[in-house]
Amino acid sequence: MTVSEESGGAGSPTVAELPNDVTVETEEGRLLAEQLADDRRHARKLLEVRNLSTQFFTREGVVHAVDDVSFEVEYGETLGLVGESGCGKSVTALSLTRLVASPPGKIVSGEIIFDGIDIMKLSSEEMRLLRGRKIGFIFQDPMTSLNPTLPIGFQIAESARLHLGMSRKAADDRAVELLAKVGIPRARERMGDYPHQFSGGMRQRVMIAIALACDPMLLLADEPTTALDVTIQAQILDLIRSLSAEFGTAVILITHDLGIAAGMCNRINVMYAGRIVETGMVDDIFEQPKMPYSWGLLDSLPRMDEEKGSRLRTIEGLPPDLINPGKECRFSPRCKYVHDRCRVEEPDLSEREGEGHLARCFGTEPAGWIK
Amino acid sequence: MDQVTAMPASSSDSLVRVEHLKVHFPILSGVFQTESGRVRAVDDISFEIRKGETFGLVGESGCGKSTTGRAVIRLRNPTEGTVFFDGKDLMGLSRNELRKMRRRMQIIFQDPYSSLNPRMTVGSIISEPLETHKLVSGKARIERVRELLALVGLNPNYTNRYPHEFSGGQRQRIGVARSLAVEPEFIVCDEPISALDVSIQAQVLNLLVELREKFGLTYLFIAHDLSVVRHISDRVGVMYLGKLVEVGPPTAIYETPGHPYTRALLSAVPIPDPKAERRRKRVILTGDVPSPANPPDGCRFHTRCWLYERLGRPEQCRTVDPELRVVAPEHQAACHFAEEALQSDVGVAQVREGAATRRGTPDSATAGLEAEHAAAGVAAAASASEPSPSTPSGEPEG
Repeated sequence: MTVSEESGGAGSPTVAELPNDVTVETEEGRLLAEQLADDRRHARKLLEVRNLSTQFFTREGVVHAVDDVSFEVEYGETLGLVGESGCGKSVTALSLTRLVASPPGKIVSGEIIFDGIDIMKLSSEEMRLLRGRKIGFIFQDPMTSLNPTLPIGFQIAESARLHLGMSRKAADDRAVELLAKVGIPRARERMGDYPHQFSGGMRQRVMIAIALACDPMLLLADEPTTALDVTIQAQILDLIRSLSAEFGTAVILITHDLGIAAGMCNRINVMYAGRIVETGMVDDIFEQPKMPYSWGLLDSLPRMDEEKGSRLRTIEGLPPDLINPGKECRFSPRCKYVHDRCRVEEPDLSEREGEGHLARCFGTEPAGWIK
Repeated sequence: MDQVTAMPASSSDSLVRVEHLKVHFPILSGVFQTESGRVRAVDDISFEIRKGETFGLVGESGCGKSTTGRAVIRLRNPTEGTVFFDGKDLMGLSRNELRKMRRRMQIIFQDPYSSLNPRMTVGSIISEPLETHKLVSGKARIERVRELLALVGLNPNYTNRYPHEFSGGQRQRIGVARSLAVEPEFIVCDEPISALDVSIQAQVLNLLVELREKFGLTYLFIAHDLSVVRHISDRVGVMYLGKLVEVGPPTAIYETPGHPYTRALLSAVPIPDPKAERRRKRVILTGDVPSPANPPDGCRFHTRCWLYERLGRPEQCRTVDPELRVVAPEHQAACHFAEEALQSDVGVAQVREGAATRRGTPDSATAGLEAEHAAAGVAAAASASEPSPSTPSGEPEG
């Protein structure tokens, strides 16, 4: 695999510029080494996505599923991609690992730098080595993502054998260890069981074990608990939270559930109609959102910590057709605060109060009309 | 009409009364399909729904809430037990009498994709119940269909369109229109919004609330989403493994629950507030729900119960099945140690102050909007009109 040299981007030091070794004998040396390790991590993001556009070429026309999306993921952080069905959050995740079905889909432009590697320039063989090894996946439906004809022990060990070159024996031991780690009792006895012998929650645990088999740096979790009951959902989220803390794995959590995002994520990207419309630290997104779509999402949720209410504020209408998105703000047809400008021109993501807080709205800009 | 069983003494305002309802499904095996066991989907539950109230029924999948909903309007015949509707024993009714009774009780299904016949136009879907019950015919029927469409917020001119031309939310509105066609008093809403997107869920939920107020409807609202149930219900029942484990008004259920399962369920519900999420005291249940074919002895929840562990595994929980008992006014729980559960602070989320007004939209923005509306003569309302149904692609399945 090739590491692209210019991955650090303009302004930030590249990894090559940082000294590699420092003697750790003295206390000062140890601190310096920690500092350096820290610097190295901060100099480079785990994942940088620049101007990613993924389109689907259908009989009806070109669907702009993901349109000029840019974001970053830091080492070890949990980033939430939040939005309703069809907003492009799953296609974004698939694009990151070049798993978009082609045809009809195609990544038409953009740059994806993962841990210094330019993913768009890899051969499909190199890409295959990266998936599973450095990037783990958990999908929504644990029944269809496991092979029903193979024992689960084999399916977990397979990944360790292929990517880490472990012997069958070593890989089996690793699988037992992982099964125990994700909370499956009598792990060794259950190695020979097939997926249908497990419940939904247990299957999702098996999926997590497979995803973590090679100790990946990034875990892509696409609606990992949507098919599960709420008490099982709590178990799985708790497991993802504790494992990502233990292994320092970064997580991209794709969810439509703002409650899950609030409890799991450090930062959140709100997506609408193929675009990121707001991004920021979790507290800023929930406490001082700056985009009418984010308001609408929060307003329309019935909440358990609220008394019985009579009427929810809703977002009227439906999301736009992504075949011809047009030049206007994509939320403008549903926005209560719309001005003429919004109907002819799309705002850029611009800064708001709070660390890394950006929103795509003319109205909430300093000179805007929404106070 | 009066040949039915006399209703035993109870509060006079009850519309539906369920008594010792059991629905068991036989497990057949072998060449001769002999019964080798029974799935106890609903196992001896009793509750009542009062006129004009919304009774929310929550629980995880497989707890028997949907089966209960169907048995209540006798879409499924119970194994044992009875349901009284407006004082009449539904189990004692003949086919003909039952059909007449069905005019007064309807159901809205979960899946707006499979509950509408794709080969029927919306007009014929909605007018079918009118035909079945011989209510209105000819021109009046067409007029009635248009009226129903308008009532649920759809364009009355869409009668000749087919279900596939509509989005999920719009289809669910069609399902609502169909159930309202015969002017029922009671509607079973079986997970009516769980297949829909968040913003569309709120639209349909508002519609159900509006219709309830307009026609004085009584709902049995079945859902797995505890937040939705709190929003819409006057009283709530919690089910676990075929049993009703707790019944009470929402404030009791959500703030001082008396069953350890309710507390565990509440603690698992994510709240869209990062600070509240960090503060909460959670219990995470271990393991899965046991099979309803072979439920645990004693209290069915004891195998996963945190309170049972905390109290040092009392024998009573393993041997005696607790009955629903009153733990506070209007509030019943089926737990030997409900008093301990009531005292606990596990699971509940504090109700936020002033929460009803402050949510996503800042107050200042709302005020600004209202001022602008007053000035501009509500120009923005035009943008919120019903979208064309020919482009349901705007809301594709994810």
